[in-house]
Amino acid sequence: MEKQLEQLNEIMEVCLLAGKIILQSGGETYRVEDTMMRIAAAFGMENSHSYVTPTGIIFSTEGTGPVTTKLIRISTRSTDLKKVSMVNSISRRIACGEVSLQEAKKLLKEIETMNLTFPFKIQVVAASVADGCFMIMFNGHWIDFIPTMISGGAGYLSFVYFHRFIPIKFFSEFLASFIIGLLSFLLVKIGLGHQLDKIIIGSVMSLVPGLLLTNAVRDLMAGHLVSGLSKGAEAFLTAFAIGAGIAVVLSFL
Amino acid sequence: MQSYYHFYKMGALDKVDLLAQLVTSLIGTSAFGIIFNVPKESLIKCGLIGMGGWAVYYLLEGYTKDAVLATITSTIFIAVLSQELAKFYKTPVTIFSVAGMIPLVPGGMAYDAMRNFVENDYNTALAIAAKVLMIAGSIAFGLVFSEVINQIVIKMKKRKQKV
Repeated sequence: MEKQLEQLNEIMEVCLLAGKIILQSGGETYRVEDTMMRIAAAFGMENSHSYVTPTGIIFSTEGTGPVTTKLIRISTRSTDLKKVSMVNSISRRIACGEVSLQEAKKLLKEIETMNLTFPFKIQVVAASVADGCFMIMFNGHWIDFIPTMISGGAGYLSFVYFHRFIPIKFFSEFLASFIIGLLSFLLVKIGLGHQLDKIIIGSVMSLVPGLLLTNAVRDLMAGHLVSGLSKGAEAFLTAFAIGAGIAVVLSFL
Repeated sequence: MQSYYHFYKMGALDKVDLLAQLVTSLIGTSAFGIIFNVPKESLIKCGLIGMGGWAVYYLLEGYTKDAVLATITSTIFIAVLSQELAKFYKTPVTIFSVAGMIPLVPGGMAYDAMRNFVENDYNTALAIAAKVLMIAGSIAFGLVFSEVINQIVIKMKKRKQKV
């Protein structure tokens, strides 16, 4: 009996760890629930229930013994699709019976502590290149390519730094878009840039909440109404923060 | 340079412009994949899907001048293609679809709406904001539609297996 309980606890720990990593790395809510239930089923617990919101996971299993329930809180969320796909492939392997409980726990713990993101410099360069390309896609001129890269890169850089300094996401987005607006205005003023509108629209693209928006719709469709609406609210607030930052600059002009 | 301004008025598709759009959308969406930390081996696929989606949007918008129709079609294209690729490579769908969706977000129009709000021209601003909402809604609708297509494909495959 004692041993059974211990094993039950361990299975729940693995399930929650997998769910936590996916949720923190920007996976959809239905993927979190699906992964946890599949892992639980693979280790012999057919009856499990989970309730996932963007800020916490409640997971409960029914076995032969008493019903056990655990709750974990998710406080930080970022975007790291590589972790999502790694946990996904581990859960596939567990479902096939290729990985034992201890191994799975070890692998997931490794993934949780790993830092898989691209180097920060490359991220900033990628953001500025993406912004330049998007400016061309929105019918801008090639003359404005370099100014857009400068203001977009500076915007992304300041977003990340402000976010480290003050951990309120909406405020750092507001400040970043304010800097983008100001910098674009200055670039046009000194004659480097030409179309202010196009430069600002292009530069802001790296801050736009695209992942949140698609995840929100996908969650709503899968029937996770609470998660879908709250993610939609987060996306709306982000868009509002970006808009407000630009609006402050525009009202000075 | 002039062709950029008169592009829509001329009604003819300039091949150089189209090429520039394809190249920038490929690079732009791949670069977005780096920000989202998409696995390295999927970056190019991510960019190719973004390029395809943008080509659909650009051509349709150019011919019909209807941004809503172009957005819906392009969203369905991206979502269905990503779902099939995700099944094939056994990875999460988001990896392929997310970067491709980004250019469809009506950022430019939202900017225009806000600019008019700031300049106290509420009538124009509200009109543009309504259009922004329509386009955002059409992205959502495209996602719903692609999910429907996905479910139908799964059901058909199951039925075939039974027979």
